[in-house]
Amino acid sequence: MTSARVPAALLGACAALVLLVAVAFAVGRFPVSAGDLASILWSRLTGTEHGLDPTIETVVLRIRGPRVAAALLIGAALAAAGAAYQNMFRNPLVSPDILGVSAGAAVGAVLGIFLSLNVIMIQSLAFAFGLGAVGLVYITANAVRGHDPLLVLVLAGVVVGSLLGACVALMKYLADPYNQLPAITFWLLGSLASASPEDVWSTLPLMLLGLVPMWLLRWRINLLALDDEEARALGVDTGRIRLTVIAAATLMTSASVAISGVIGWIGLVIPHFARMLVGPDFSRLLPTSILLGAAFLLGVDTLARTVARIEIPLGVLTAFVGTPLFLWQLATARKGWQ
Amino acid sequence: MPAGSQWQRQDHPFKTLLGLLPAQGGAVRVDEMDLRARARNEIARRVSYVPQAHAAFFPFTVEEVVLMGRTAHLGLFSSPSRRDREAARGAMARMQIEHLAASVYTRISGGERQLTLIARALAQEARVAVMDEPTANLDFGNQVRVLQHIQALARSGIGVLLSTHDPDHAFICADRVAMLHDGRLARLGEPGATITPESLREIYGVEVAVVRVPLGNGKERRVCIPGNTL
Repeated sequence: MTSARVPAALLGACAALVLLVAVAFAVGRFPVSAGDLASILWSRLTGTEHGLDPTIETVVLRIRGPRVAAALLIGAALAAAGAAYQNMFRNPLVSPDILGVSAGAAVGAVLGIFLSLNVIMIQSLAFAFGLGAVGLVYITANAVRGHDPLLVLVLAGVVVGSLLGACVALMKYLADPYNQLPAITFWLLGSLASASPEDVWSTLPLMLLGLVPMWLLRWRINLLALDDEEARALGVDTGRIRLTVIAAATLMTSASVAISGVIGWIGLVIPHFARMLVGPDFSRLLPTSILLGAAFLLGVDTLARTVARIEIPLGVLTAFVGTPLFLWQLATARKGWQ
Repeated sequence: MPAGSQWQRQDHPFKTLLGLLPAQGGAVRVDEMDLRARARNEIARRVSYVPQAHAAFFPFTVEEVVLMGRTAHLGLFSSPSRRDREAARGAMARMQIEHLAASVYTRISGGERQLTLIARALAQEARVAVMDEPTANLDFGNQVRVLQHIQALARSGIGVLLSTHDPDHAFICADRVAMLHDGRLARLGEPGATITPESLREIYGVEVAVVRVPLGNGKERRVCIPGNTL
């Protein structure tokens, strides 16, 4: 795709996203038409009365709105973090979880449930443990000298991740099987059903805090895809850029996982879609990944709450919907890895 | 032009020159500036690096790869400007690979990749270019082509420091030769004076004859011929 066509494609993708948001409001147990949605938003903006049933307003502002916003935010964040990590680890099979952020967040959340803490504490623990796990991995990897730094990072991530997995397994084993175990299982499968306006407002600044350095460093993140010594010989302080990218991606992923539970797949596969569409240049890859990730998670979450009588766990549905899409794209796309 | 025997790690002196490894002693200076303990982009504005043509991990275009050479001239948060694109275009023109600008780096030939990496070093606009076996893994025609380009660069005023396993390459394009053996400097000087049957026997442990061959234009070149052919 030539650079001149990219803005047009991005505009098209934004329009598709707006349409998808309208659909997300219009379906479900309490459908809100696009007209009602517009007049409620307009009344909020201007302070005038909309003259609609207050129930509709509650649905829009307290229930469906936060859920839609959370889906957009989390989808965008996971895809952005995945795109940055795949460049940095020079490997298209890498997901944001590679350094143990999800495993850490899972331990935090499960610990919170195990100790019967309230929702805010559970989310805070998940967020803190996610950051802590990656911090531990980074410090361990930095202490080891004389090996390829990326290899050591991945190894440390895998090892720490499996230790944290064992911690989760232990707490599941010890948990009360009637109250706690279902809650733990539910959290580990991922869901946006309980997303509140407070969740959205507390997550948004963290997402931006991660996204801004990623966007600012977009050119240098391209060079991280080169051999480490080559990138340094080209004038890039790879150690610092890498630390910044890890910190940014971890912040975004940890904040996401804290409110949604573990949602795999998006951070691994959406950046592939994006790379097949616009190539590997991060200044195009990042916005494309963000748009695709947001649209994908919103689409899947809308399906999750409408196709069956019960909510389908997001972690399950993303894979069920995403895998055929991905295979189809893989079979038809020309741009990709090689 | 350091030549070294096959089994020793001869890339270490290069990494020290590029500031990628700390010096075990002495100093690395370019234009009277000591490169030790300088920021990466300061070093990169003075010394560029041409690695062996390698497979890339992601399908960047040739133009994007060459543009990466501009990084040392960019601010931390900047992306290449139009002026950087012009510099990249100029570098590609000098390597005669303009027609490849939109090609995907992972899908071009080894020789084209090597020229792309040299163009990237040119775009870096450093006084010195350090090249790590740029002719390795290339077929005969591409080896000659790459060496000719390197020779032209050296004549245009860029200092080229090139490592090779082939002493004939030194005869083709070197002004001075440093022969490394067991991690030490064994010989240093003009090609004709350093690359001799004695030094080659000492370093590689094989019998080699060095003969002069007339090139037909009144000049002649030395060539290494292996075996007991004296």
